[in-house]
Amino acid sequence: MSAFWSAWVTVLTLGVIFGCVWLLFATRKSQPHQEITEETVGHSFDGIEELDNPMPKWWFQMFVATVIFGLVYLLLYPGLGNFKGLLGWTSHGQWEEEMAYAEQHYAPVFQRFAQLSVEELKRPENAEGLQIGQRLFANNCSVCHGVGGVGAHGFPNLSNNDWLWGGSEEAIKYTLHNGRMGAMPAWADVLGEDGIRDMTHYVLALSNREHDAASAERAQPQFASLCAACHMPDGTGMYVLGAPNLTNDIWLYGGSFEQIAHTLRHGRFGVMPAFSGLLSEDQIHLVTAYVMSLNSN
Amino acid sequence: MIKHETIEKNAGLMAVLIIIVISAGGLAEIVPLFFKDSTTQPIDGMRTYTALELEGRDIYIREGCHVCHTQMIRPFRAETERYGHFSTANEHVWEHPFLWGSKRTGPDLARVGGRYSDDWQRAHLYNPRDVVPTSKMPSYPWLFDNVLTGDQTARKMEVLRTLGVPYTDEQIANAQADVRGRTEVDALVAYLQALGRTHTNYDVR
Repeated sequence: MSAFWSAWVTVLTLGVIFGCVWLLFATRKSQPHQEITEETVGHSFDGIEELDNPMPKWWFQMFVATVIFGLVYLLLYPGLGNFKGLLGWTSHGQWEEEMAYAEQHYAPVFQRFAQLSVEELKRPENAEGLQIGQRLFANNCSVCHGVGGVGAHGFPNLSNNDWLWGGSEEAIKYTLHNGRMGAMPAWADVLGEDGIRDMTHYVLALSNREHDAASAERAQPQFASLCAACHMPDGTGMYVLGAPNLTNDIWLYGGSFEQIAHTLRHGRFGVMPAFSGLLSEDQIHLVTAYVMSLNSN
Repeated sequence: MIKHETIEKNAGLMAVLIIIVISAGGLAEIVPLFFKDSTTQPIDGMRTYTALELEGRDIYIREGCHVCHTQMIRPFRAETERYGHFSTANEHVWEHPFLWGSKRTGPDLARVGGRYSDDWQRAHLYNPRDVVPTSKMPSYPWLFDNVLTGDQTARKMEVLRTLGVPYTDEQIANAQADVRGRTEVDALVAYLQALGRTHTNYDVR
């Protein structure tokens, strides 16, 4: 703040305070406070008159006390322009103190668990670590993946041993740090409506679901040339590209005939946000352990 | 010496004195902020909202999102742990009007951009309970049906430019084409994904 505006604030603030003090004393009745006068202000309603007595002494003193409080406050805390106050308090500084206090108290807890492997964290004696992971998951992940990681339409189930991007510790940590973007292209223009129908039967056949065998057979060459690049020739998917396994009857966007056809026609674009800025390395370790604990080995 | 009786019995004089006392507060607390760099200059590298994001912002206002959601992260650990770096004045110099809000029925949204996928935001706006079973946020299904014409978008940007938002002639010329035919939910999701992401000075955390 420039010197001018600093002086502006200071003069106005102190001016108002001392103006109030002046007003208080200037309008104060001169007579001793014990005296109750019979003087009225001249109002009379139904015979009830308003007396013109001075303020009670304690009330007057309360006004004075607030003025003193205000001046002491302005001396201790920033309020008068560029004057920082004797305590040197800032909202930013208070936040930093809070953060430092938290770091000092919680960092050792996280560090203790950070040294343990995921396998060790799954043991009963380290249940506290998984509990922290569970709460971090509830706060950060469950809005999409559901409580307990059961997933929802379009948001992967994390508890069924089926992984889009891999279920190893490294893969899960990479997913948490950097997020993921899954891209399934739209095939309506390439395959045509008949092609989409045939391919849907082929995809159903991969999971041994009820399908039209002739229709599926017609789609086989196109699956090999168009789909196998990501989903592999046998349809088991590929972690590197986040291409789902199509043979296990687990469906991210629904497994009905119509839903599969919709996915084929319009494509899908699944996004997992990156959490590297939101969760610390140690927190990500515990979330990873929790997510892995949701799956049986 | 002036008597309180004089003031009490003279409404005009009392009004003048009251105005003097009350205006002192605004003059000391508000007016200097109009002349400080930290409250009038944008944070380094901040970009303006795109035409689509700007339309989304107007839908945000129309639907009253700011009534239940703040865009003001206070400098308390409990808030910065959850929402990210506390808000600063220079992030909001191009907000006309600002949408800080004053009540949190839902969470703060100042840095919600990138937190959830577009798909999640759409599912959540269509029916919040589909993704958050305990949510009490209303559903906004009509956003999926209403299509934007973009008739007013360029005009809005011109008005904002008179208020100091540095929209370029090119942005204004393309505004309608950027917006026309998109649904309201497209615009709102684009706006939500931009919140906190129009500059990169702060870690998300």
